[in-house]
Amino acid sequence: MSTTDWPGVELHVVTGKGGTGKSTVAAALALSLASRGKDVLLCEVEGRQGIAQMFDVEPLPYEERRIAAGLPDENGVRGNVHALHIDAESALLEYLAMYYKLGRAGKALDRFGVIDFATTIAPGVRDVLLTGKVFEAAKDGRKKGTSSKSGRQYDAIVLDAPPTGRIAQFLNVNGELAGLAKAGPIKAQADTVMTLFRSKRTVIHLVTVLEEMPVQETADGIAELRAVDLPVGGVVVNLVRPQDLSPEQLAAAGDGSLDREALVADLSAAGLDVDDALVDGLLGEARHHAERRALEDSQRALVARMGVPVYELPRLPSGVDLGGLYELAGLLREQGMA
Amino acid sequence: MNWLDCCASREWHEREEWREQMSTRTTRVGPLATTPAPAPALDVDALLDDPATEIIVCCGSGGVGKTTTSAALALRAAERGRKVVVLTIDPARRLAQSMGIEALDNTPRPVTGIAAGTGSLDAMMLDMKRTFDEVVESQASPEKAKAILENPFYVALSSSFAGTQEYMAMEKLGQLHRDARAEGTYDLIVVDTPPSRSALDFLDAPERLSSFLDGKFIRLLLAPARGPAKLMGVGFSLMTKAVTKIIGATVLQDLQMFVTAFDTLFGGFRQRAQQTFELLQADGTAFLVVAAPEPDALREAAYFVERLSGEHMPLAGLVVNRASTKPASDLGADEAMAAAERLRRRNSDAGITPGLLHLHADRVRIVEREQLLRDRFTAAHPGVATAVVPALPSDVHDLDGLRRVGDLLAGKSAR
Repeated sequence: MSTTDWPGVELHVVTGKGGTGKSTVAAALALSLASRGKDVLLCEVEGRQGIAQMFDVEPLPYEERRIAAGLPDENGVRGNVHALHIDAESALLEYLAMYYKLGRAGKALDRFGVIDFATTIAPGVRDVLLTGKVFEAAKDGRKKGTSSKSGRQYDAIVLDAPPTGRIAQFLNVNGELAGLAKAGPIKAQADTVMTLFRSKRTVIHLVTVLEEMPVQETADGIAELRAVDLPVGGVVVNLVRPQDLSPEQLAAAGDGSLDREALVADLSAAGLDVDDALVDGLLGEARHHAERRALEDSQRALVARMGVPVYELPRLPSGVDLGGLYELAGLLREQGMA
Repeated sequence: MNWLDCCASREWHEREEWREQMSTRTTRVGPLATTPAPAPALDVDALLDDPATEIIVCCGSGGVGKTTTSAALALRAAERGRKVVVLTIDPARRLAQSMGIEALDNTPRPVTGIAAGTGSLDAMMLDMKRTFDEVVESQASPEKAKAILENPFYVALSSSFAGTQEYMAMEKLGQLHRDARAEGTYDLIVVDTPPSRSALDFLDAPERLSSFLDGKFIRLLLAPARGPAKLMGVGFSLMTKAVTKIIGATVLQDLQMFVTAFDTLFGGFRQRAQQTFELLQADGTAFLVVAAPEPDALREAAYFVERLSGEHMPLAGLVVNRASTKPASDLGADEAMAAAERLRRRNSDAGITPGLLHLHADRVRIVEREQLLRDRFTAAHPGVATAVVPALPSDVHDLDGLRRVGDLLAGKSAR
């Protein structure tokens, strides 16, 4: 079995432009880490309940919950995937209770609308709370294999993060905050979170599809992350078209030089009712496919030049269900992402 | 037969009758077994040509082609004689260049190269910080404006934190609309909405700004500037203590200074936010929900449709971008796969035909899946007029590309 490209990484952040399937990739990555016998926590922070839908379970509460087992590894060991749906309001209340032991005062905050203010209106605070909770799940001092009060310790955490356009800002919010808060407990906390995010224990993967804008945004995202010293991981190219045709066949399909007679003969031999609609349809589809493949190849070359490990996942024609997730997880494992 | 048996048998008969009725009505089973009526077609040209349409807002989740759709609608409207301005948030670089708006100066610029006629097209890209600064400058005295613009909280709020974009897009829309009314510069404004992390951010922006301004917390932060804090009672001092403990006294002071300086602007802000919200509910406004035939995007679209009707905001229809085109022949996916398999078994080096059949099967499955997703959307939201735009082979970066998208939106085959 291949080895992983990311030894020692505990926090995998997965981002991507809207529509590229970043949540799917995050889920598949979590499953594939679990299929290395690891205990994995998959976190979502955008309030979509996407994890519950993908894994076909009840909507997730603000609490770590086991949702699936990984594929068995070579020794037959299966790790588990746990999931956590992080919402800012619960995170704030928990944070206040944990760090400040606010009893009556906590209620006063709520009564005066401070909780509401902090989580929905004051910009940036949401991101601080969301990243803070991820940090809390990743920090040392949790115990492996138990469900003690401080929480179970995971071998890896996968974060289904906000989209590429916002990721540097999202992860760097603690850096900004540390600048704003100057001193005090918030600054100390913000500094610790940034230390984890910038360490070798964290990588940020970017999901893209082989189209112009998403590839451009991925390149921009990598540059932005590097500009604020956040560790860039790999690029996952998702929704790749099927590669049933060889390069020569593609070329012939593209310039319309496919042998029509041979195609008619083959189709008849296969027992199909051959008419012009069928033959023209197939030839047209072939040309269309060749055009798209050529565009994909030009974008693929751009991705290759980004200088980071690249993984590819196919577009599953009937969509991604739980079985599909396991299939994608297996492919990520084969390619060394987990 | 005693009466119990009688009842039972009657019940049984009724049930059988019901079953028969169901089975003659439809062959499918399940509570929603009636065949849904197809979604009515969205008449884009009628919408664009109607002089009563003053604002078109395109909303939807990220990556579904909102920006391209907005630009294509604006161009089409202009070439059909409207005086249009399109407000985009984050267009692809090459599209922005082709429209002449790569400069971020927050002012609408004329787009060159549109077909001659009575219409015109201006475009602008939203600079949220600039918009925010302009609002401050227009509302406060020069010294006060300077103090606000230099406050660290203002700098963070106006440029780097999420959420501000939504406020500012709505603010700019309000500005453009007021100017257009006053000077007759435009008769149609097309707005692209920011790629919100959730649909809520955009719709709630004006409302939230209002509630922010009315919020108890803000009032309390302002309290020291207005009168002795002890009047506020025990709850207040508890709250202040808690806030101080968490964010530190210096930060609280900074924040208080910022809010106090901002206080003068509040009245104006609230009024504008309220006006914008009403503008969005007005008859001249049309919302287009943009989606792709994917479960997430359609779920978001469904959410939007429900929210819009809940807020009494006028929904014009749904645009489904990036749809896969239906194959010309009616060869099914399974049949194609079986034929490919037969060919392979017969001859392991069967040339290109099995590959073509695989591609065909793949496409049929995707088209069927997309159709199913759209049918489900229609079943849950019947009557939402829909335009389906096929996926284009490459990104759009010029006016010709936008015209092609416009044709497709209007249900005309591509030129």
